[in-house]
Amino acid sequence: MTEVRYVYAVTRPFDGAATPLREDVRGVAGAPARLLAHDGLVAVLSDVPAEDFSDVALRERLEDLDWLAATARGHDAVVSALTAAATPLPLRLVTVCRDDGGVRRMLDSGRDQFTRALERLDGRVEWGVKVYAEGAEGTQERQGAAGARPGKAAVRAAGGGSAQGRRPATGRDYLKQRMRRRDATEGVWAQADAVSRTLHSELSRYAEAEQVHRPQDPRLPGAARGNVLNAAYLVPREKGEAFAEEVRRLTPPGTGIRVELTGPWAPYSFAVTTAVPAAEEGGSE
Amino acid sequence: MTTPSRLPDPYGSGGSGANLADILERVLDKGIVIAGDIRINLLDIELLTIKLRLVVASVERAKEMGIDWWEDDPSLSSGARRRELSEENERLRQRIAALEADTA
Repeated sequence: MTEVRYVYAVTRPFDGAATPLREDVRGVAGAPARLLAHDGLVAVLSDVPAEDFSDVALRERLEDLDWLAATARGHDAVVSALTAAATPLPLRLVTVCRDDGGVRRMLDSGRDQFTRALERLDGRVEWGVKVYAEGAEGTQERQGAAGARPGKAAVRAAGGGSAQGRRPATGRDYLKQRMRRRDATEGVWAQADAVSRTLHSELSRYAEAEQVHRPQDPRLPGAARGNVLNAAYLVPREKGEAFAEEVRRLTPPGTGIRVELTGPWAPYSFAVTTAVPAAEEGGSE
Repeated sequence: MTTPSRLPDPYGSGGSGANLADILERVLDKGIVIAGDIRINLLDIELLTIKLRLVVASVERAKEMGIDWWEDDPSLSSGARRRELSEENERLRQRIAALEADTA
């Protein structure tokens, strides 16, 4: 069976005795990961079946969300295992080379980019912070109301029997109920917005870099409703505890706001610097 | 509805605890893009389709809510949606007043 090289990350050589890639760390396609050292850089890769990672196969599989999920988890399993002992520079999902020679050529051709990024990220990890406006009713209401012209739609919904939940007796009751919900919802969102701003500006002082991601779609597996802030912070490894403590301190008690801290992650969100996006992205695409 | 806020609960991202959405947004969207010597440039196209499917809805919904700051500085986040809501509230109030006048 022919095999190709699935490359997870590039890193600096690290102490072999401290190798974080134990036997039980399984990567993409259930394969173990190995290291390929070349001229001061190390590629972390798995040997995977060629027929599963050909152009044609990938075209189909990338559209298969179950395959995508398993592959993403395998990819992250290896990258995050590395984070324990080294600073891995994560590559985009499904970076594949034909053989070891191809991996070496890849390391050579990307050497400048890899070296610069590894220097910048050395000893840093990524922490994720998300803020949620909680209250399922409010968020559903908001989603249900999306795009509707409120006045007309409300009346039509009340008369046409498409209103959800407890059916109000009259159009007037419907409107009152709707307005109450709207006011409550607006309050929670406004508060989530305020908490997010405070968190982001305070945490940015702790972090060397920060990235604000799009709020997560609740239809994504594992994602919750009402995501307002979805940010990543680049923090020196040894400051992780202080960072987590700061998040705790800034989390308001007993409100409809939930703050979620994840990490430490490999510095995924900071692998490509935003300072020179044109040069870096343009050169690699 | 008040749910007590939960204290941050960090976890190692490699464990089964990491949620898939967090992983997907990192491995699909971030990380260095290098063309391996198998021509996987198709990724730029194929992954884009997936990403759009997963992400577009959230972007539009967030924009409706006036939350568009991931594109910009948080301090520039738009208050437009909030203004819109106030106007909508005002319209609803007038409508109730009218209905109450009718039934009286």
